[in-house]
Amino acid sequence: MESDRNRRDVLGLALAGIVVAGTAGLPRPALALSTDEARGLIDKVVGDVNSVINSGASEGRMLSQFEQIFVSYSDVPVIARSVLGPAARQASPAQLRAFTKAYQGYLSRKYGRRFREFIGGRIEVKDARPVKSYTEVISTAYLQGEAPFDVRWHVSDKSGRALFFNIIIEGVNLLATERTEIGSLLDSKGGNIDALIQTLNAT
Amino acid sequence: MPTETRQIPRALPRRLAPALALVLGVGLLSACGPKPESGIYDPLETTNRAIHDFNKTLDRSAVRPTANAYGTVVPGPLRQGIQNFALNLGQPSNVANNILQARLDDALINTVRLAVNSTIGIGGLFDPATAFGIPDPRTDFGETLAVWGVREGPFIELPFAGPSTLRDTAGIVVDVVYDPLRFILPTAEANAATGIQVAAGLGRRYRFSKTIDSLLYESADSYAQARLLYLDSRRFELGQRTEGEGDFVDPYEDPYGE
Repeated sequence: MESDRNRRDVLGLALAGIVVAGTAGLPRPALALSTDEARGLIDKVVGDVNSVINSGASEGRMLSQFEQIFVSYSDVPVIARSVLGPAARQASPAQLRAFTKAYQGYLSRKYGRRFREFIGGRIEVKDARPVKSYTEVISTAYLQGEAPFDVRWHVSDKSGRALFFNIIIEGVNLLATERTEIGSLLDSKGGNIDALIQTLNAT
Repeated sequence: MPTETRQIPRALPRRLAPALALVLGVGLLSACGPKPESGIYDPLETTNRAIHDFNKTLDRSAVRPTANAYGTVVPGPLRQGIQNFALNLGQPSNVANNILQARLDDALINTVRLAVNSTIGIGGLFDPATAFGIPDPRTDFGETLAVWGVREGPFIELPFAGPSTLRDTAGIVVDVVYDPLRFILPTAEANAATGIQVAAGLGRRYRFSKTIDSLLYESADSYAQARLLYLDSRRFELGQRTEGEGDFVDPYEDPYGE
């Protein structure tokens, strides 16, 4: 599949080139976020992630650094609301705030532990292009002893500034995965958001 | 690469029939031409969940402890050698599938991999092909079916093998029954090859232990997680996800994912 992917990438790059060449002379479209801005954001994220995973810091320290990265560069309230799904509509503003805070820590710990397996590896940003209402930044993760894999970042500035709101690792969608997980957790708490918040804080 | 089928086992015609019937059966269910897949189609969920519980019990009581013992006793470089060897044994099957997919460039790459790793790589124990920058276009008959336009069908959790779809299950059956290796190697060697595959499987269970444990034992609903993970990564692998399509929801336009 590697060669397929390479073929697609080459094709994608070629197409992106044609699109860029074709629109260069036109007035700027009403897109609020440029691909350069989105790419710049993910360059920073990736730079920070790379320095954390190669810092040799303790697990506790790394997890809090990941939470910092997550809070600085991603749209946490939108991610949390989306992950909670329709239940977020019924939640009081205070509950939603508490959920967002609890979820932020939970997600950082959960994915921070995963990212710890990246120690000694690196992520490289390869490309960025507009998709529908957002911008997709394409990067490749190189891990020791693993075939390189595809990591895509979905970036939007609808919050007022450029922030990422989803990560797709080899086709596996973080928002969809988390929505399933949080939905299952909420079900197991009989739909009680306060109980869900407690569990997240304890996980 | 050894020339084809010098020793066709006598049972071939009898083995051919059920697999062909399965392939044709799946084929009839499908419309032609590769199509993007999205959503979750799981009409057998009750049965699938029961099998998932069985698989988890099996993992907890047998597979996981065995894999941990294997990982502890067998040194890393030897485990890597066994993994390389197992992958190299899969190369004839990759080439055969590439030909069936009419992806002749991949067939050539896989043939070169097989040749390089079987010779310079000392029978496949090492993987110099990767070091030389030769790509690794692994494939299987499930992908061949997808290339032929067969739809993925319902999600199926298989005992022992785990998450799959109807199409991928048919693919596994064909890959196992018609592995070119079975026709090339005498029975004893072919059985030894199966042993190598089992060892390599234990090696992977050990190597990805943390990820697998967290999926199986730390998720609120490990069945739902495994199902989503399988479908998403398989569709990505087969290029059946059109960009920005599938199950993607824009959380700005649709804040509650409804």
